[in-house]
Amino acid sequence: MMMKTMTSLPSRVSRLVPTLGVIFASGAALAVNDLPGGPAVRQLNLHPPVTVIAEQQAWLHWFMLIVCVVIFVGVFGVMFYSILKHRKSVGHKAANFHESVAVEIAWTVVPLLIVIAMGAMATRTVVAMKDTSNADLTIKATGYQWKWGYDYLKGEGEGIAFLSTLDLAQREMSNAGKPEGDNYLLKVDNPLVVPVDKKVRIVTTANDVIHAWMVPSLGVKQDAIPGFVRDTWFRADKTGDFYGQCAELCGKEHAYMPIHVKVVSQADYAVWVAGKKKEMAALADDPNKTWQLAELVARGEKVYNANCAACHRPDGKGAGPIKPLDGSAIVLNDPVQQVDILLNGRLNGAMPAWKQLSDTEIAAVMTYTKNSWSNQTGKLVQPAEVVAARKK
Amino acid sequence: MSAVLDHPAHHADDHAHGHPHGWRRWLFATNHKDIGTMYLLFSFTMLMIGGVLALGIRAELFQPGLQFVNPELFNQLTTMHGLIMVFGAIMPAFVGFANWMIPLQIGAADMAFARMNNLSFWLLIPAALMLAGSFFMPGGAPAAGWTLYAPLTLQMGPSMDAGIFAMHIMGASSIMGSINIIVTILNMRAPGMTLMKMPLFCWTWLITAYLLIAVMPVLAGAITMTLTDRHFGTSFFNPAGGGDPIMYQHIFWFFGHPEVYIMILPAFGIVSAIIPTFARKRLFGYTSMVYATASIAILSFIVWAHHMYTTGMPVTGQLFFMYATMLIAVPTGVKIFNWLATMWRGSMTFETPMLWSVGFLFVFTMGGFTGLILAMAPIDIQIQDTYYVVAHFHYVLVAGSLFALFAGVYFWGPKWTGVMYSETRGKIHFWGSLVFFNVTFFPMHFLGLAGMPRRYADYPMQFADFNAIASVGAFGFGLMQVYFFVFVVMPMMRGQGQKAPQRPWEAAEGLEWEVPSPAPWHTFETPPKLDASATRVVG
Repeated sequence: MMMKTMTSLPSRVSRLVPTLGVIFASGAALAVNDLPGGPAVRQLNLHPPVTVIAEQQAWLHWFMLIVCVVIFVGVFGVMFYSILKHRKSVGHKAANFHESVAVEIAWTVVPLLIVIAMGAMATRTVVAMKDTSNADLTIKATGYQWKWGYDYLKGEGEGIAFLSTLDLAQREMSNAGKPEGDNYLLKVDNPLVVPVDKKVRIVTTANDVIHAWMVPSLGVKQDAIPGFVRDTWFRADKTGDFYGQCAELCGKEHAYMPIHVKVVSQADYAVWVAGKKKEMAALADDPNKTWQLAELVARGEKVYNANCAACHRPDGKGAGPIKPLDGSAIVLNDPVQQVDILLNGRLNGAMPAWKQLSDTEIAAVMTYTKNSWSNQTGKLVQPAEVVAARKK
Repeated sequence: MSAVLDHPAHHADDHAHGHPHGWRRWLFATNHKDIGTMYLLFSFTMLMIGGVLALGIRAELFQPGLQFVNPELFNQLTTMHGLIMVFGAIMPAFVGFANWMIPLQIGAADMAFARMNNLSFWLLIPAALMLAGSFFMPGGAPAAGWTLYAPLTLQMGPSMDAGIFAMHIMGASSIMGSINIIVTILNMRAPGMTLMKMPLFCWTWLITAYLLIAVMPVLAGAITMTLTDRHFGTSFFNPAGGGDPIMYQHIFWFFGHPEVYIMILPAFGIVSAIIPTFARKRLFGYTSMVYATASIAILSFIVWAHHMYTTGMPVTGQLFFMYATMLIAVPTGVKIFNWLATMWRGSMTFETPMLWSVGFLFVFTMGGFTGLILAMAPIDIQIQDTYYVVAHFHYVLVAGSLFALFAGVYFWGPKWTGVMYSETRGKIHFWGSLVFFNVTFFPMHFLGLAGMPRRYADYPMQFADFNAIASVGAFGFGLMQVYFFVFVVMPMMRGQGQKAPQRPWEAAEGLEWEVPSPAPWHTFETPPKLDASATRVVG
């Protein structure tokens, strides 16, 4: 029995495929495994569905694929038969027919009926996809260049808000050309956490340019459009981690703003909400506090790495059109203009506005830039100064 | 330029006119054949430039991680590859064919407006220089994708303005070319060449020219609004001032969808000339071919928003555009069936033009089917903006338009140059291109289904193998086109090879085969008398 299985054709094929894979992946450095909830190695079809909509999409895709392949094989079977038999080299003489109204009507009407039938199969799903009513939980996903912001608007966890950014180490790996890990370019600092079996409505918008919020396993892709809100929904029927990426070209870091949705049980979700609320309360800084240089620089470094380092680089030297901060006259000597740039952005959002950061965070990151790399000014910006600048 | 291109000068008729020689012949060209040649050489040059950009993309994507270019440059490469291929390579190539073939096929002496014809070609040169030169401007080339979606375009550097200006000029050139083609076809047909006896290539171009006149101004409007948003404080598309970025997409795709038919209808015309020739049998269903072409053109105006399912249209919008889009499969299917019925019980041979045409049918239809799959809104939600879309439109634009263009070059090349190409080399070019094309683009279907977004400079490691295969295929495909130029086009232009007879193909029908090879500089100076089928000159 064992021997038989070993030598069966499928098993031989299954041994051959990884062998070829290794050749292509050029060595062990690029060895990678499937990521559950994300892409699988050499995945050939849609992600395993986790929602009813994704299931219907997968079904429709199989249905279309089979119908199309059958028609294709039929039509081109006829063509290749003709190519083999009706050639001059085998002595075939050309016939003389060149029109037939009956045939033309037949091959207009039959395809018409086929495409109407195809459309009819999809109509129910289109209507279901667009029905975002009666959600248990509403979350706003805001696209920023280049990260996602999540605000829990309605339902359990209301008031929770956080940003979700690609792991900086992975961004560095990309630049170095040395990628590693099954979740390469998909690991974020704060995943979106939602409960299982609950209808979650995602309201999308954007801060700067158009982004798109996509999670294949959930069957969801919705553009996030600045100045407008759109919505979509999903109801995950199992717990787990599901991954997606931004799907609308949004500038240079387009490939570096992944989406990670963590679907947890109702009980775990309640625990997460409680923890998150406590954490947020602790983080809500008093903008009137007066800080010491060292602690503010330490805080600023965290803010910098989460928000600024992707463009301005960890060494503050910028890249291409991104301005360097190291040695910058504005950073060194012009706190008024620096705070204005941070709050309002520059060049139509090429440098985005960061007014969503707290006063303490902006003060901290300004202080950090004034006391890092070759910028050793010893200057300090207190949150109160940012509060004043905001009022202008 | 070359011995062969000068051949017509030896023709007895020409000396009387004292036409310019040397560079003046080309700069001041008013002869449809000279202008056609310039269009074809221009578009091949742009094909090579766009191809090099594509290879830059594929080199970067060979492995995960950034190896060759940074993400800014990567976005510039994808954007410029698209713009150059669409506006610089495919569209002018078909205009080149129109210039060469339409007067020959309808028995006219030249195009209707010879000097405007000169202008519409020479406008392309500054436009192309400005477009390609934008790489050297501060901040690099435009990097907002070839669709130039707002408000990302508002963040671009000065090269965006150069790109917009270049597209304005190319649009003006296209409109002038279209007017010329319409007037030539409607007014300058030889007596007896009624519209319904006209070769299908002329029909498809007539309809294409109307599409161009209808939609190029729409594109010009969209990019002009982008320009005023950028510099004059308007807010058409800028949400910061109350504008609507989705409005840009609606306007762009109202141009963009007819545009894809602009790039494929003349290809249908070329294939409709070649298949009957090598099947030695008249084209099946000529009338229904004309009606199908017109139906496709009309339907192309009411399907644009299938590019925008993920913007969040209302349910009625999605349903309307889904059904309307699927309807286009019907007239397209009619065309495929007619070609098949033409081949059926013919007496076929497979010279290079026929190989390219059969290859076109086979691979273009695959692109048609993936189009049908993409038209289904629920499936599109999964694969919109992924590599599946990239695979789909390369199956219709490369295997569709480009393959038909190659078929046309091999089919009419002997008439243009007076020299037969080498059949062996033609076959190497065909089979090499067909194999490498599929190696490049077939794996992209899998990448798209697995969720790899397009326009990504770097990707998760699970996508590595198919990307590596695609990159290998792309370099092979690029090399095949260099082979084509060096071993097929150059020998023909230099007059190296067997002399082409007047009618190089046994069953070729049409007025272009009634003139010697190479076609003399002036043809049909007096309207020819035609036989009843309008395919032969009598008397």
